[in-house]
Amino acid sequence: MIVLDAVTKRFPGTPDPAVDSLSLTIHEGEIVVLVGPSGCGKTTTLKMINRLVEPSDGTITVAGRNILDVPSHELRRGIGYVIQQIGLFPHRTIAANIATVPTLLGWSAQVIDDRVEELAELVDLDPSMLRRYPSELSGGQRQRVGVARALAADPPVLLMDEPFGAVDPIVRARLQEELLVLQATLHKTIVLVTHDIDEAILLGDRVAILNIGGHLEQYDEPAEILRDPSNRFVADFLGSDRGIKRLSLISISDIDLDRGPVVGPEASTEEAVTVMNGYSVDWAAIVDGDQLIGWFSTEDLNGVGSVADLEPRAFVTTLDITDSLKEALDSVVSTHTSVAAVLDGDRYLGMVTTDTISEEIVQ
Amino acid sequence: MRSFAQASSTGFRWDWVGNNLDDIWDRTLEHMLLTLIAIGAGLVISLALSLVSLRWRPLYQPVTWVTGVMYTIPSLALFAFLVPITGLTITTAEIGLISYTLLILIRNIVTGIDEVPQDVIESAVGMGYTRRRRFIEIELPLALPVIVTGIRLATVTVIGLVTVTSLIGLGGLGFFILRGLQNFSSPIGTTQIIVGTALSIVLAVVVDLSLAGVERLLTPWKRRKVGV
Repeated sequence: MIVLDAVTKRFPGTPDPAVDSLSLTIHEGEIVVLVGPSGCGKTTTLKMINRLVEPSDGTITVAGRNILDVPSHELRRGIGYVIQQIGLFPHRTIAANIATVPTLLGWSAQVIDDRVEELAELVDLDPSMLRRYPSELSGGQRQRVGVARALAADPPVLLMDEPFGAVDPIVRARLQEELLVLQATLHKTIVLVTHDIDEAILLGDRVAILNIGGHLEQYDEPAEILRDPSNRFVADFLGSDRGIKRLSLISISDIDLDRGPVVGPEASTEEAVTVMNGYSVDWAAIVDGDQLIGWFSTEDLNGVGSVADLEPRAFVTTLDITDSLKEALDSVVSTHTSVAAVLDGDRYLGMVTTDTISEEIVQ
Repeated sequence: MRSFAQASSTGFRWDWVGNNLDDIWDRTLEHMLLTLIAIGAGLVISLALSLVSLRWRPLYQPVTWVTGVMYTIPSLALFAFLVPITGLTITTAEIGLISYTLLILIRNIVTGIDEVPQDVIESAVGMGYTRRRRFIEIELPLALPVIVTGIRLATVTVIGLVTVTSLIGLGGLGFFILRGLQNFSSPIGTTQIIVGTALSIVLAVVVDLSLAGVERLLTPWKRRKVGV
C-alpha cells in the first residue's frame, strides 16, 4: 500500500507549487492511473514515490515505511520503474539490462541467469534477443525489456511514467493488453502516469484525475468517474463521448436483457404477428427452449401456415455474455435491424438493441 | 638556397640510417615514453579536474579557461620559462607536454559524460544506482568514444610536441631534427631531418590507428547493426 499524505512539491523559482497538499491512497495489488493535462504534477507525484523528486512537505509511506527513512538507492531497488523513453543501457546486452537490479542487489550469477530467462518468457521475448544490444531491437521489444527489467527483482510496487507513449498505436494496444494479462497473475501495486484518458480508463482499477497544481479532482473507478464526473473539469477532461467510453467498461452481463421478439418453432402465423406487433418490428427470432434457431421477417410469413413451415434465416452477428456494451454497440449499429442476439455458449439469453444501449448511456 | 640544392642533389643517405639504427630505435622509444608519460599523467589530472567540474558545475568554466591559456602558450616560450625552475630535466619536458593535453582531455571527458542520454541516467538512478557506481558502470563506458577521441587528439599533438623538447636535451626523434638543423648544409643533416620528421609522423599515425582499434574493442555495442 502506498499512502501520500498532504504531499507538496515546490520547485525553486516558481511561485505556485507543482503539487499542492495531495493525499492519495493506493491499495495493494491495484493499478492506479494518474491522469491530467500537462502541468498537473502527475509525473512529479510519481517521481516523489521513488524519491527522484524529494517532497517539500507531507509524508509518503510505502508498505507502512516512510520513504525518507530508507537510503534513496535502497528504496529504488525495491520499486520497479519504467519510463517512456525506456532508458535501456545501450552498452549492455538485453540480458544484462534485465539483470540490472538483481546485479545491484548482489544476486549470484546462476540465480540471475535463471531469473532473466524466466522474465524473457514472462514478457514474451525471444531468448535469442538476450544476447543482443538495445539498438538491435524494435520499439515494442525494447518496451518489453523495460518492463522485464523493472520486474527483475520482483518488487511489490511498479511505477510507470507514460510507459507506452513512445510506441505506435498498434503496438501500444498490444502492450496495454499484455500489461493487464501480466497483472492478472502478478498482482503488483502499480502507479501509472498517462495523459491519455482512454489508456487510464483501460488500465486503471482506479483513476486519479489531477488538475494544474496537483489538485485531485476525482479519484474513483473509471466506470464511476464516467458515470458521475464530480465537476465540470472532470467532465471536460473525459470528453463529450464519455457515455460511449463508459460502454467499454460495462459487460452485457451487467444489464437486464430483454428476451426480444421471439417465438417458439411451432408458433402459428397469428402468434408471430402478435409478437412482432408487440415490439413494433417486422421480424422475430425463433427460439427452441434456449436454442437460437434463426429469424424471419413479415414477408417470410406470406403463404405459410406456421413458423414451422418457413426457412429461418441465420443470425449474422451474435454477442457473448462477456462482451462489453461497446462491442454490443458495434454489432448493433452494423446490422440493419439494429439488434444483436446475446448467447452464453449455445444458450440464448436475449437481445441488445440501440435502445438498450442508449438507456445505459443516459443513466 | 645553394646549400639546400647541394644537399638534395646528393640525395638521402641510407648509409647513415644503417649506421645509426640503434640510436634511431632508442630515440623512438624515448619519444614513445615521453608521450606515454604525458598522456598517462595528463589523463589522471584531467579525470580529476573533470570530476570536480562535473560535480561543481561553476568550476568548469575556470578550469577550461586556465587549461585553455596553457594550451595557447607557445611551447618554446613555456620551456624557456620552465628551465630556470626545473632545469634541463624530464620534469620540464613533461610539465610542458602534460599542460598541452589538459584542455583537450577535460573537454572531451566532460562533453562525453554530458552527452550520455538523459533517459539512461534517469533509469539508472530510478533503479537504485549510487552516484559512484553510475559514473563507473554507466556514464564512463558510454562516454568512452568521445573520451578516446580526445585521447587520440592529445596523443597526436604530444607526439608532435615531443620533438620540441630536443631543445632541452631530450626530444626523442626530435633529437635528429635538431641535429639536422645544426648540420643543415650537409647531406647527413638533411637525412637526419627527414628521418626524425618521417618517423615522428609514422609514430603518430600508428598510435592514432591503434587507439581507434582499442576504442572499437571497448565498445562492442557500437559495432552491431541497428534494427533486426
